[in-house]
Amino acid sequence: MQIRFPDKKWFHEKLAGLGGEMSQLEINELEWKWLVVSLAMIGLFVGAIVVTAVSHGIHPPSHVETIDSASLHLSQEFAEDRLGVQPTPLADGSLQVRLVAGRYGFYPREIEVPAGRRIVFRMASMDVLHGAHIPMTNMSTMIVPGYVSEVVSVFPKPGEYPMLCNEYCGLGHDHMWSKVTVVAQENWRAHATGGEQP
Amino acid sequence: MNDATTTRLTLFNFWVAFGAFGLACFFGMYQVLERSGLFAFLQSPAVYFASVSTHGVLMAFVLTTFFIMGFGYYTAVHSLRQPVWNPRLAWTGYGVCVVGVVLAAVPLLLGKASVLYTFYPPIQANVFFYLGATLLVVGSWFWCAIMLVMLARWKKDHSGETVPLPMFATAANALLWLWTSVGVALESVFQLLPWALGLTDTIDVGLARTLFAWTLHPIVYFWLIPAYIALYCYVPQAAGGKLFSELLARTAFVLILVLGLPIGFHHLYMDPEQGAGWKFLHMVGTFAVAIPTLLTGFTVIASLEMAGRRQGGAGLFGWIGALPWKNPMVLAAILSLLMLVLGGFGGIVNASYAMNAMVHNTAWVPGHFHLIFAGTVVTMYLAVAYKLWPELCGRKLYSGDLALVQLWGWFIGMVVMTTPWHILGLLGQPRRISAVQYNSVLTLSWDPYESLMVIGGFILLISACQFVYILYKTQTAGEKLEAEPAAADDAVRPTPAWLNGFTLWNRVILVLMVLSYGYPILQFFVLKTYNPSAWGY
Ligand SMILES: [Cu+2]
Repeated sequence: MQIRFPDKKWFHEKLAGLGGEMSQLEINELEWKWLVVSLAMIGLFVGAIVVTAVSHGIHPPSHVETIDSASLHLSQEFAEDRLGVQPTPLADGSLQVRLVAGRYGFYPREIEVPAGRRIVFRMASMDVLHGAHIPMTNMSTMIVPGYVSEVVSVFPKPGEYPMLCNEYCGLGHDHMWSKVTVVAQENWRAHATGGEQP
Repeated sequence: MNDATTTRLTLFNFWVAFGAFGLACFFGMYQVLERSGLFAFLQSPAVYFASVSTHGVLMAFVLTTFFIMGFGYYTAVHSLRQPVWNPRLAWTGYGVCVVGVVLAAVPLLLGKASVLYTFYPPIQANVFFYLGATLLVVGSWFWCAIMLVMLARWKKDHSGETVPLPMFATAANALLWLWTSVGVALESVFQLLPWALGLTDTIDVGLARTLFAWTLHPIVYFWLIPAYIALYCYVPQAAGGKLFSELLARTAFVLILVLGLPIGFHHLYMDPEQGAGWKFLHMVGTFAVAIPTLLTGFTVIASLEMAGRRQGGAGLFGWIGALPWKNPMVLAAILSLLMLVLGGFGGIVNASYAMNAMVHNTAWVPGHFHLIFAGTVVTMYLAVAYKLWPELCGRKLYSGDLALVQLWGWFIGMVVMTTPWHILGLLGQPRRISAVQYNSVLTLSWDPYESLMVIGGFILLISACQFVYILYKTQTAGEKLEAEPAAADDAVRPTPAWLNGFTLWNRVILVLMVLSYGYPILQFFVLKTYNPSAWGY
C-alpha cells in the first residue's frame, strides 16, 4: 500500500469533490506553503504540551472537589488545628500543606518546608475568590469558594518566599500574603518537632 | 451611498466609543501613577480599584461595542449598497446601549461596583452595574439582528452572487457576538441579577466563572474582527495595491468564528472547578485559533509586499521602505502587525496548558492583552476613524502629520508600558494590586520597572488626547470636502457557497459548543456544590 501525503494536487482534488464551483478556486503556491508552515508550528506547540502532559503528568491544578466554604472551621480537614504542614507525609513521601485563604491572609501565616521535596498544597477559601502564587515558581492556583484547590510543587532552592494572593479579593487585597520559608532538607525543624511549625 | 441616516448612526456610535476611549486613558494614567508608588498622596486602594473597574469597562465594553456597531452600519450600507434596514430599530438599540452605559457608570464612579470588568462573584456590586452591563449587551443584539437581516435580504435579491468581503466579515462578527454573549447573558440573568436584587442569597461561583469564560475569550475576536476588516479591506488599497487573496481572507474569518468560540477554558487553567481533560481540550482549540491569525499576518503582509514592489521597492526588504508610511492606514497596519507579533508570543505562553502557571494573574497578562487589544485592535480603530471621519463630516482631516505623530506615539507608549509588565510578570508581580505591600527581598527587584511604565502611560495619554483633538478639529474646523471619495473597487470573484454564508458554520459551532461546554456546565447541577453568600469589598 502506498501512503500518499497531502500535497497541492491532493488538496485540489479534495476541494473539487466539494462542489462544482470549487474548480474555480485557485490556491496560490505561497498560500499553500504558508498554511503548511502554520499547521506545522501549531502542531509542534500542541505536540510539546501533549508529551509533557502525558509522559511527565504535568497538568494545571484541577481538582474538582467541593467543600462548604461557610463552615470550613467545622470541617474534618480545614479545622483550625489541622492547618499548616502536616506531620505525617503522604504514602508517596510527599508533604502535605493545608491552608485556608480568607480576607486578607493565608492561614497559617507562616510555614516552613524542606527544599527538594514534593509538596502537595490543599487550600480552600472561607469567603471570596483568592489566588495563591509563589513568585518565580509554578506554585499557583485559584482558590474558588466552594472548592478545594490542590496544587503540587517542589522548591529547589532554600530561601524566604512570599505567597501572594494574585486574585482581586477586596480592598485589602494588596496586603494579602504569607511567608513560606524553604530550608535545606537537613535543617528542616519539623523533623524534631513532629510537624509543629514556628 | 452616504445617506444621512447611516452617517448619523455611525457618528453617534463613534462619539460614544471615542469619548469613552479618551476618558479611559485618564483612568489608565492615574493607575500607573498610583501603582508606581512614587506619589504617596495618590495611594488609595478604593480609588484604584474603582478606577481599574471603570477603565476596563470603558475600554473593553463601551469603546468596542459602540465602535463595532458604528463601523458595522457603515460597512453594511457601503458594501451592500443598501440603506440601513429599519433605522428605528437601530436607534432603539443605540438608546438601550447608552442607557446601559449610564446605569453602569454611576455605581462605577461612586466606587459601588469595584468588581473589575470581569465581575468576580461572590463580591457583589450595586445592582445597577449588572443591569447596565446587561442592557449594553441587549442593545448590541439589535445591531446583530440588523446586520444579519441586511445580509439575508441582500442574498435574496442577489442570488448566486458573492457577498462582498467587508459584509461577510461583519456578519461573521454579528453571529460571533450572538454566540459569545450567551454565556455572560446567562450569568447575568440567572445568577447576578437575582442575587444582586436579593431574590437569591447565594451564588454558584464555579458556574458563574464557567459562563463568563464562555464569553471571555471569543469576546476578544468580536473586538478583533473590525480591525481585521480594516487590514483586509482598507490597507491593501491604501498601500497602493490590492488584497493578496480574498479566499484566504474569507477562510480566516470563518476559522475565527468557528474556532474562536469553544476555547474559553484557558482562562480557567488555574481554577479548581473544572477537570484537566476539559482544560486540555480547550487548549488544543486555543492553539488552533492561532491559524487564522497566522493566515491574516501572511495575507496582509503579502498584500503590503505587492504594493511596495509595485511602487518600485526591490530586493528582499526594499519593498518595506517603498510603502507609503505617511498614509495613516498603512502606518497603523505596520505598527499593528508588529504589536500582534509581540503580543502573540506572550499569548502562546498564556495558552500553554502548564506554562501558564508561571504567569497566571501576573503583570505579564495585562502586558500581553494591552499589546493585542490596545495595540493591534485599538490602533486599527484609530486608523479607521481617520479614514471615515472626513467622509462622515464632509471635511478634510485636520492634520495628517499630527495623525502620524499620534499613531507613532501610541505605538511607542504601548511598547514602553508593556515591556516592564512582561518583566514584572516573570518576576511574579500580581496584576491586580494597587501597591506593593510585601515585605520581602524577592519583591524588591520589582521597583526599577515601575517608573518605566509611568513614562509609557504618559506617552499614551498624550497620544490619546491628540487623537480626540484631531477628530474634534476635523469635525468643527476642517476644510469642506468637495467631492465624495470614489468608492473602492470591490469586484468580487465567485466564491463557494460555504464561504459565502453561515448556515453550515452555525451547525458546526453548535456541535463544538455542546462538546466543549455541555458537561462542564451540566456538572454544577450534578455535583453537590456549596454556594457562598455575597460579600462587599
Ligand atoms: Cu486574596
